[in-house]
Amino acid sequence: MSDVNTDYQIVAFCCQYCAYAAADLAGGLRLQYPPNVKIIQIPCTGKMDVLYALQAFEAGADAVMVAGCMPGDCHFLEGNLNAMRRVERVKDLLRQIGLEAERIKMFHISSSMASQFVSATEEMLRTVEKLGPNPLRMNGKASRKETHVRRVS
Amino acid sequence: MADQSASNGYLSGSNLERVLKSGNFAVTAELGPPQSADAKVIRKKAALLRGYCDAVNITDNQTAIVRMSSIGAGAILVSEGLEPVIQMTCRDRNRLAIQSDILGAYALGMRNILCLTGDHQTFGNHPQAKNVFDIDSVQLIQIVKNLRDEHVFQCGDPLKGLEPRFFIGAAESPFAHPIEFRPYRLRKKIKAGANFIQTQLVFDIPAFECFMEKVRALGLHQQAYILAGVGPLKSPAMARYMKESVPGILIPQELIERLEEAGRPWAGKSKDELTKEEKKARSEAWKRTGIEICIELIQKILKIEGVAGVHIMAIEWEEAVEPIVKGAGLYPRPVIEPLAA
Amino acid sequence: MIIAEQKPFEEVKSLVGEAQKILVVGCGTCVTVCFAGGAREAAILAASLRMASKLDGDPKDVTDVTVQRQCEWEYLDTIAEQVNEADLILSLGCGIGVQAIAEHFPKAWVVPGLNTSFLGLPVEQGVWVERCAACGDCILGLTAGICPIARCSKSLLNGPCGGSQDGHCEVNEDIPCAWQLIYDRLKSLDKLELLSEIRPPKNWRTSRDGGPRKIVRPDLRLCEEE
Repeated sequence: MSDVNTDYQIVAFCCQYCAYAAADLAGGLRLQYPPNVKIIQIPCTGKMDVLYALQAFEAGADAVMVAGCMPGDCHFLEGNLNAMRRVERVKDLLRQIGLEAERIKMFHISSSMASQFVSATEEMLRTVEKLGPNPLRMNGKASRKETHVRRVS
Repeated sequence: MADQSASNGYLSGSNLERVLKSGNFAVTAELGPPQSADAKVIRKKAALLRGYCDAVNITDNQTAIVRMSSIGAGAILVSEGLEPVIQMTCRDRNRLAIQSDILGAYALGMRNILCLTGDHQTFGNHPQAKNVFDIDSVQLIQIVKNLRDEHVFQCGDPLKGLEPRFFIGAAESPFAHPIEFRPYRLRKKIKAGANFIQTQLVFDIPAFECFMEKVRALGLHQQAYILAGVGPLKSPAMARYMKESVPGILIPQELIERLEEAGRPWAGKSKDELTKEEKKARSEAWKRTGIEICIELIQKILKIEGVAGVHIMAIEWEEAVEPIVKGAGLYPRPVIEPLAA
Repeated sequence: MIIAEQKPFEEVKSLVGEAQKILVVGCGTCVTVCFAGGAREAAILAASLRMASKLDGDPKDVTDVTVQRQCEWEYLDTIAEQVNEADLILSLGCGIGVQAIAEHFPKAWVVPGLNTSFLGLPVEQGVWVERCAACGDCILGLTAGICPIARCSKSLLNGPCGGSQDGHCEVNEDIPCAWQLIYDRLKSLDKLELLSEIRPPKNWRTSRDGGPRKIVRPDLRLCEEE
């Protein structure tokens, strides 16, 4: 494997039923995937909100992966289809903001596809290496900035 | 022209009214004003139409493209000795401007008015304009009628002094949708006060016969004079465009094929391969056929019971009116003297 | 309800201009339902402005807050402190909300983040259509519940015009011809005779043409202290 820049941070939202299981299986099979990937388990990619991705980027993530079931196989029927639309929306927002749309990508990985999970993470890492770190990061380190959301009833 | 009260039996005394009332078929033609302030254009077109029709419609910012006003051009026509039918849409004027223009147009010698809704301004060259549509065409007819017969403005104020005595026209599109409602909409316009009707272009005789049957069943042909819209096609492309893109126009396939047949001697070559002379000759062939078709349609239409005349729309081709009128046997136009008061 | 859309991001950025401390205010009523200016949209816009301004080399302090409705003074009172602390208020309310904030906080500079478009409803998720022109003189009882003022492109009262074809308006195939709809429904309800009546010219005084409108209900006004 080529030198991995351990400073890059990729956030991977993985659905519990498919992609997370695949990641788990990859671990069990001792398949190596880049240590830059931080996995966040969600019940379904349908839980993915546009805001989650924006918060990840604002906090300094260099890329965001959204990994869900194969179309037609979603445990909650259409969650992954909704996620695909939201990922497209995030791409539009990234372009507006001035970041590259390729920094977010949706993958469809079923629970037994451990090696596909690994290649997905490697693909995202290659993308980040090509694009460079998230320009929003300060001093080369990811900054944690609170997003200010206050609700008033 | 009589401009006293209608004790001689005429509503307006206009030439169009006199021709229709005498029982003759009427012929009206159309003149498109220029997108400029040049009166010479009006005079030139007037010269092409003089003697071949009983009155000349002047469009009012047709397809929402700014042109010299219908009333302005109408005044020039009056000075040329022709009789205008001014067209007025509801798109660009509110009820004040409308009534004001009606008074002015009459004072300038105009005697016929065609009351229209008007194409939406998105079609034209000023799509960002605010449209008016304070009133619609049915209400406009009522307003013109009440000014003439009740001597009253739309607000109810009495009109003191000389009232505008217009011969009131309305348009109908026999094949627009909902198609079964069109005769009833026509009835509504006649009830509102329309004296004559000019229809959208007719190419499909059986379909028009069907419409006229319903019109006769409602007795409308006896309450208003119905002039069928006709027009010469210039090319197969024009025919296809009108058939596909203009609401309410039905063109039978055999007419399009006849036009294509006329262009057959040049059919072997593509557009770019044709010389300028060849293109001109082909265009002339199409136009000749277009005029022939128009003459045939007029002859068939005038045989339909309830039809009182034709309205010839030769769009930007006023030269075609002479051969059409002559070819259909409608020349010379009758000269009807007004009855003494 | 009121339907609005977000302004293009570039336009919002230019409205924000040089301001450094920005409060994005969302609204929890109409613009939430049309996904233009609710709490989520306010948070997304605030995050977008923070990130974009940082990339532009001039990081701005953008926070967001959402009130139940911007068009009532009592709800605006709850954000008074945040409004006073900001350089610029970016309201994601409809035009009414933007003006309410400006009127309630006269020292604040308020800019709109939305273009308020029309009164309408979602015919299906993600599709909103205009239904009411707020003309002040409702005639829906005569037209089988279909409004010709709002839904006919020419606001005809004695329609249809000659441009109606295949049930759609001459302006655009996406616009159903209101008069075709009215005709069809009156026919199905056996009330076509309503169409033979000539409707007189509309009294536009009750609509915006008569000037900005006001309604007062004396029975609801709070009593003045003696």
